[in-house]
This record gives sequence, structure tokens and C-alpha cells, in this order.
Amino acid sequence: MAVSHLQCKECKAQYPLEALYVCEQCFGPLEVAYDHSGISLDVGELRRRIQGGPQNIWRYADFLPLAGGPPGPSGRLPAGCTPLIRADRLAERLGLREVWVKNDAANPTHSFKDRVVSVAVTRARELGFETIACASTGNLANSVAAHGAALGMDSYVFIPANLEEQKILATGIYGTKLVGVDGSYDDVNRLCTELCAERDWAFVNINLRPYYAEGSKTLAFEIAEQLGWELPDRCVVPVASGSLFTKIARGFEEWTELGLIEGKAPRMNGAQAEGCSPVASAYADGHDVCRPVKPDTIAKSLAIGNPADGPYALDLARRTGGGVDAVSDDEIRAGIKLLAETTGVFTETAGGVTTAVLAKLAARGDIDPDERVVLVITGDGLKTLDAVRDSFETYKIGASVESFENTVPEAVAV
Amino acid sequence: MAVLVKIPTQLRAAAEGAAETEVSGETVAEALNGLYERYGELRERIANEDGSLRRFVNVYLAGEDIRFLDGLATPVPDGAELTILPAVAGG
Repeated sequence: MAVSHLQCKECKAQYPLEALYVCEQCFGPLEVAYDHSGISLDVGELRRRIQGGPQNIWRYADFLPLAGGPPGPSGRLPAGCTPLIRADRLAERLGLREVWVKNDAANPTHSFKDRVVSVAVTRARELGFETIACASTGNLANSVAAHGAALGMDSYVFIPANLEEQKILATGIYGTKLVGVDGSYDDVNRLCTELCAERDWAFVNINLRPYYAEGSKTLAFEIAEQLGWELPDRCVVPVASGSLFTKIARGFEEWTELGLIEGKAPRMNGAQAEGCSPVASAYADGHDVCRPVKPDTIAKSLAIGNPADGPYALDLARRTGGGVDAVSDDEIRAGIKLLAETTGVFTETAGGVTTAVLAKLAARGDIDPDERVVLVITGDGLKTLDAVRDSFETYKIGASVESFENTVPEAVAV
Repeated sequence: MAVLVKIPTQLRAAAEGAAETEVSGETVAEALNGLYERYGELRERIANEDGSLRRFVNVYLAGEDIRFLDGLATPVPDGAELTILPAVAGG
């Protein structure tokens, strides 16, 4: 295994591979460092090794922070290997040539969070933890509760009490200890950071965060593999904390460094909701840090007002020639509808944000028509049904041919 | 004004192991200065040279991020609780 140590992203101080997440010297975030010197440099062999792996994220175990390799088959919830769909009808509507939809709703609990949680809980078990926990805007809650059930680990899930009903129901059913906190996600996060210090629990997105975040790289690996070992020209990705956005880019970088893929790093475009756009605002204002905000948006899974990876997201967007944009709640609803009507993929509000930002970039002429664009869809529309309520009409008829033809005249048989 | 400062685990080694300590001050900045006077090493861990907080340091007054208040100039009432925490990404 190539995993080497933890390292501060700011001052580069090194730490052992334990449940640590903050640099004691400068308070910067820790991330996993690898030593790939032992890995085969024969690209063909490396690719065959990946292709011969299981149909889930563990095919990329060489690039994940586990000391003992992938977990055995028992009790795991296989994440990843979700479809990458060529979306010609969407591309045509937007005046683009090549758009692909990475549909990460097709994971066990219907969001990309299963990738990061799979990695975090596997590492938590390696480190001897018996209880997993998280602070969540909803999708993570679903995934932690389900992984706890699958692995027989106790779990505590902390959410803002006003979360969408679907996300609450799809968490509690797994038998987790579900805690609804009177406050915003940022309040939940603060509380959990305090709780984490005094308990021997693996909070997947706090003390296990360096390992957890690495799981998002598998989205980049899959996109590259599914494109025939090629890079896209541009990725449009939702931004909440900024972790997914930066780790997708890291995944492409890591494989480019190893020679598994070649070419220029994709332009990275971040997508936020106007009601919670600290990163997009900082981008527009030319700042390199984010001023926290109090979220007010239907895109609750992106409602992080104090994004810890914001500075890195800003740097990435600028470095790659991408950007960070925000869209209104009405544009989010229109984005959900646009994706559904042109691809058959029904996404939650976060996917509406991402689709709406793609539409905005296309309308603004920011995307060269020859570009190959990947739209990263992170969650399922069934999780946020309120967002689409009353967005279409249903014909109401009696159970007779006459009633049908009277009500729907264009469908009269000729 | 007496202020109770809660020290995160990552900083306790630089604070003789203390999990909390009482200092005095009229504002957040004064309270933090009181903290630095007691445990000199803490200053460079969480503050920049100009006294502003490092970008991954969050300070809360009674649970509210001071950036939503008046930042370091926020007045602290007697008996208030200041919590220092690392910024962590969410989900």
C-alpha cells in the first residue's frame, strides 16, 4: 500500500496515520500523503490491474488511504462504478457538443457520499473504532446510518432539525441514533467538533476527515476510466464545503502524475446556490478566503455557510481557468427539470444547482463548443421532492376512453 | 469582564493541558490577549502576526461565530464563553 502519512496542507508538518485532522502547529487541515514509488510504472499493467478489480471503488484501493487494502466482501455497501451517460439532448439544448452526466445518485444510498463514507468507515475499523458518527446536511446522514447497519457498528447522526423529510426518513430507518439539532448545519458542525474531542467515536467528516475526503477522488478515477483513460476538458461540480470539488481535481492530478492519463487538467467550475454562496461571492470579489454566510436556499445539501475548503476551492477554480457561480432557487428548480427532461436523470436540488450553473456557463459563452464537459450529479431527486411539487400538471379523468379523449384531445386515436 | 475560554484538544499541549481557562477582557481581542499572556505559545498557533486569526481558526461567542458579530472587536459580556475550534469541512 502506498499510503504514507498525514501532512498539513498549510505548513507541511507531518503526522502519523491516526484519527487526526488539524495541524497542532498552525491549525491547517491535514491530508493523506502517498508514496507511489513502489507502484508499477508500466501504464498498461496498472490499467489492467484496475480493470481487473471489483465493480466498485475498491478497484482504486491502491490510491486510497487504507493500511490493509480493501475490506472483505462481508457487510460492505459497494459504492461507485456509477454510470457516465453521454447527454446529447442536454448538450443540444445548451448549444454544446459533448456533455456527459456522471450520475452518482446510482450509489447504495443514492448520493456520492457512499464513496467517502466507505473509505472513512473502513479506515475507522482499521483504527479500532466501534462507533461512527457525522454532522450532516442529509446525504451523509443516509450513508453513515446505512454503513453502520451494514457493518454492525453503532452510529450517531447529527442533522439540522429542519432537514427535508425524505432525508430524515431515509436515515432513521437504518436504526441509527438520529439527533435533530435546533440550528443550521454550521451549528451542527460546531457542536460535533466539540463532541468529537471528548468521545472515542469516528466522526467521519471530522476526525476521520483526511481519509473520508480521499473517497471523492474515485469520482475522478471513474470519469477518466469511463472516458477511455482520457481527461474531460471541464467539470461542473457542486460546492458545499469545497472538499468534493478539490478532491476530484486531485484525483485527475494524481493519475496524471503516474502517467495513467495524459493532458491538461480540466477546468473546474464550482456550483453554489445564491442562498448560500460564500465561495462564489469570494470568487466574484477576487478574495482568497470566504466570508461565512447564513444559508437560505432550497439546496439544503449544499447549505454550508462556513466552507472549510473554500480557500482551496477558490485557488483551484482560478488555477484551472474555471470559476465558481451561483444560481437562484428558481434556476435550481429549472435545472432539475432540464436534466430530467433531457437525460432521464432525476436529481436532487444540488444537481439542479450544478445543471443550472452549466446552463449559465453555456448561455454566457464561457464554454467552447468543442469542449468535452462532465456534469457531476451527486444525489437523487427522490430526496428533495418538495422542490418539484406543483411543477407540472396531471390530467384528471374518469376511467373511460371518452373521458380520456375529452381531456387529452391531442391523444385522440385517428 | 470575566470570560471563560474553551481550548480545543489540539491546543491543550500548548496550554499546560488546560481544557478551559478564565481570562478578563472587554472584547474578544482582549480576552484572547489574556489567553496569550497566560499561554504564550498559543499566540503563534492561532493568530497571525498582525493579531488577526489564522484562516482555519474559528472563534465562537456563546455558540455564534464572531465573524457574524463584530469579529475581534465584539464586546464580551461578563461570564461569557468563548470557544476556539478548528474549521472542518462538512457534508
